[in-house]
Amino acid sequence: MAIDQATVRKIASLARIAISDAEAAAMEGELNGILGWVEQLGEVDVTGVEPMTAVIPNKLRLRDDIVDADPLTGGNRRDDILANAPAPQHGFFGVPKVIE
Amino acid sequence: MTELTNLTVAQIRDGHRAGDFSAVEVAEAFNANVAGAKALNAFIVETPEHAIAAAKAADADRAAGTLKPLSGVPIGMKDLFCTNGVQTTAASHMLEGFVPRYESTVSQKLWDAGCGMLGKLNLDQFAMGSSNETSYFGNVISPWRRKDGGNAALAPGGSSGGSSSAIAARLCPAATGTDTGGSIRQPAAFTGISGIKPTYGRCSRWGIVAFASSLDQAGPMARDVRDCAIMLENMAGFDPKDATSLDLAVPNWEAALSSDLKGKTVGIPKEYRLEGIDPDIDAMWDAGIAMLKDAGANVVEISLPHTKYALPAYYIIAPAEASSNLARYDGVRYGLRDLPQGAGLQDMYAATRADGFGPEVKRRIMIGTYVLSAGFYDAYYTQAQKVRTLIARDFEQAFASCDVILAPTAPSAAFGLGEKMADPLAMYLNDVFAVPASLAGLPAMSVPAALNREGLPLGLQIIGKAFDEQGVLNAGLAIEERAGFTARAEKWW
Repeated sequence: MAIDQATVRKIASLARIAISDAEAAAMEGELNGILGWVEQLGEVDVTGVEPMTAVIPNKLRLRDDIVDADPLTGGNRRDDILANAPAPQHGFFGVPKVIE
Repeated sequence: MTELTNLTVAQIRDGHRAGDFSAVEVAEAFNANVAGAKALNAFIVETPEHAIAAAKAADADRAAGTLKPLSGVPIGMKDLFCTNGVQTTAASHMLEGFVPRYESTVSQKLWDAGCGMLGKLNLDQFAMGSSNETSYFGNVISPWRRKDGGNAALAPGGSSGGSSSAIAARLCPAATGTDTGGSIRQPAAFTGISGIKPTYGRCSRWGIVAFASSLDQAGPMARDVRDCAIMLENMAGFDPKDATSLDLAVPNWEAALSSDLKGKTVGIPKEYRLEGIDPDIDAMWDAGIAMLKDAGANVVEISLPHTKYALPAYYIIAPAEASSNLARYDGVRYGLRDLPQGAGLQDMYAATRADGFGPEVKRRIMIGTYVLSAGFYDAYYTQAQKVRTLIARDFEQAFASCDVILAPTAPSAAFGLGEKMADPLAMYLNDVFAVPASLAGLPAMSVPAALNREGLPLGLQIIGKAFDEQGVLNAGLAIEERAGFTARAEKWW
């Protein structure tokens, strides 16, 4: 199913990527090329086939319920976490005003 | 004395241990090569001081009798691995200036083993690409040139193109790579080196910038099979911080290397014989079959009937996972922020992502967003995951009658920069032989096997059963010993 420029703009909006009209026009062709090509998957008979969920059989583990068991992924790392934030303020992530 | 930068990982390790040279001499020699190879653009950040510090520690450890497995070996680190205190960008504008406050599990293991870091290696942006032309920090150039008198710049492959170019040019004896759909194997083939993608889950993904989590797998790239085995031993291992990490002991792959393939059966997938493929590729493949027979293996034809659907399935699954993984780049927590005058939160997200992602990354996020969107999810994503099940089943059935599979790594030798950038689909086709093993999570490696008529390297791929890296390495070694591949790029940079 071919997509049009309105759909391209809709996808870009869902993906939170700003695009210009010229970019939307260019992407319409590119995305249709790729989507047209992947549509050949429709010809595969998948009756009774389960979609893959784990490429190598593995059990999902639970870790022991201990606070800060791993200091790297535990708590009390505020300054490390904020070190790469573009606009940290007062020990928080800063964002533009969201409530009037 | 042999030039230190011509030594392999094993030779550096053993020579250092024996007192033939100091680790500092080795680090200085490689640092000098790195500094003199700006024309290749293989590194995004050079870290000579890190290499020297590790070398000094290695020399001290030798004096104290406390040598580590890789003491004295300097390596290159793909700039997809987070390194504490050293910029990590995934070759993107989005992460330009991002300096992690933690270390990836794989890189930490290598430092703990005694390695030093020569620098962070360039790659395709977020590991999306097959030619290293999508990096925000410029193309990596292959040290190889066609023997046609021209000076056309060739692609080093991708996404681990900085790694492949640097190893082939003797800027480092080994490097880390990551492979989502061929990103270790195809660049290794393009530059006449070796590389192995282990079974999915062998190497921890913790601290590796995520692309497609069900496919991403780290692995080593080096000049020969032994070095790949040594490096992999020091990269692999269970990590509780990665939910898909395999809780298995790391085998001693190096000690068990054996090129005697008596009693082994090698499968040749008939679906990999592509019509109209470069005759040099088929000739190399036939020569590889003869080499494995010579090593004692029995050779049989096998069938992997869903091969032609692997690439389209990959180009649904990988972008779908990427669109989800890359949602984290929002201009709030780390990385770039683009806040147009008067913009609100939503506009900031959109502006930041428009500015921070390159065209190929945007393309894949868009594809992924589309195939996961309401109304299309089942037709695209669920169908692709079902086809993925069938592809894995193909391999399972094939391995009932063989131990390893032999195929070309890529459908061509290295192409010129710019030759395929205009057509995303033509670029994707580069990974036609590499993607099936990725979708099935299987170990696979590329070893250099021949030069084509233009004097460019070609690689053979060995695919093994899950967890059987040893079988893959052994078949690779059998080819390496017989191919006698000693060609190297003539220095022009």
